[in-house]
Amino acid sequence: MKIPEPRGPISTALFGVLPEEPGTAGNTLQALHRMISTRLAATPDIIEDDDLQLTLFCLYELHYSGLEGVSDDWEWAPGLIQVRHLLEGPFEAALRQAAAEAAGEVELPAGAGATSDAVADVLFGLAGRDTGPSLSRFVAKKASMDQLKEFLIHKSIYQLKEADPHTFAIPRLSGRPKAALVEIQADEYGGGRPERMHSALFARTMRGLGMADEYGAYVDAVPALSLAAVNMMSLFGLNRRLRGAITGHLAMYEMTSSQPNRLYGNGFRRHGFDAGVTHYFDEHVEADAVHEQIAGRDLAGGLVEAEPHLLADVLFGATAVMAVDGRLSAHILQSWENGKSSLRAAVPAAA
Amino acid sequence: MNQEPAESSIVVCPDGPLIVRGDFEIVTPSGEPVPRERKTVALCRCGASAIKPYCDGTHKMIKFRTEPPAS
Repeated sequence: MKIPEPRGPISTALFGVLPEEPGTAGNTLQALHRMISTRLAATPDIIEDDDLQLTLFCLYELHYSGLEGVSDDWEWAPGLIQVRHLLEGPFEAALRQAAAEAAGEVELPAGAGATSDAVADVLFGLAGRDTGPSLSRFVAKKASMDQLKEFLIHKSIYQLKEADPHTFAIPRLSGRPKAALVEIQADEYGGGRPERMHSALFARTMRGLGMADEYGAYVDAVPALSLAAVNMMSLFGLNRRLRGAITGHLAMYEMTSSQPNRLYGNGFRRHGFDAGVTHYFDEHVEADAVHEQIAGRDLAGGLVEAEPHLLADVLFGATAVMAVDGRLSAHILQSWENGKSSLRAAVPAAA
Repeated sequence: MNQEPAESSIVVCPDGPLIVRGDFEIVTPSGEPVPRERKTVALCRCGASAIKPYCDGTHKMIKFRTEPPAS
């Protein structure tokens, strides 16, 4: 994707150094490191810090489809990985705190070694008590055309590379959880048919509303929270030690998907859009009812059976989605109910 | 009994659908294929799905239980 507009001194410094060759940027990276340390000490909340979340988003992007005009050699440049680590530590800590607050008391399966059924039970229980304000009901009943576009803009940050963060976890798993993840991902990637890839279906929905469908086209428009939701997946997917969290994340994502997607589709149908536009949502009603069973029982549950000490991280990943996505939904709803845009103030409303 | 794993399997999900995996077809009583978009499917068994024969997760909202309540 194109390098986005900077959102503060740190992203400005990063975007200044990336067009150079990695070998020549030592001093600039050290300066960047110091700026981040200072900012981390001062930021009230890293999850909603625009400059830090955009910086992290672009650092992760080097591991996906890259940034235009930036050498691929940066991906594993030690100085830049150090910068990423510097951001990841406090980001993970903030996510753990937010997840714990969102989850409250979680009733854990009794005894040592939870079975996969017990893990699935706990996860379905958590998904079922998610009582936050309902963005999907608003989209179904009330959202205006501009609000539908805003909704797609927020989602586009992830959905145009849908499934990619979790794919990083495949080689970190073995046996039953690995087979489960591959089965889910094969479906996400269209079962061999590129036009049926979920990211391709989402792009089709965007085109149906006359919107740009290139990956990253709307990064400048979304608030830090929308970037944080995707950065969380990259953090979990790219760090082997967090393999429990990425499986919990996927399980919760799937378990809270089927019914909201039915309602999202209804919102677009209400505005007269046909199956070409709603196919993305309709597909998820059916697909995620399959995926939630496999992700809860075979993926997350199977991983806990194989590595019982990962139960806490499975729950962390699951409750972190509830926390961050819940906060994003609340922000969007609150903006709309006050007659405002949920996008960044500096950016004109949806294209 | 054949010791090889069967070609297909049906996973009986507690309080949820039947996950069918492997080599099979889904047909109407007259033998017409039911549209199918994926290899592994979840078949509704609570009766409340809006996309039958497939599951759409509604069993969670109606608190469908596959085990009789403990007395």
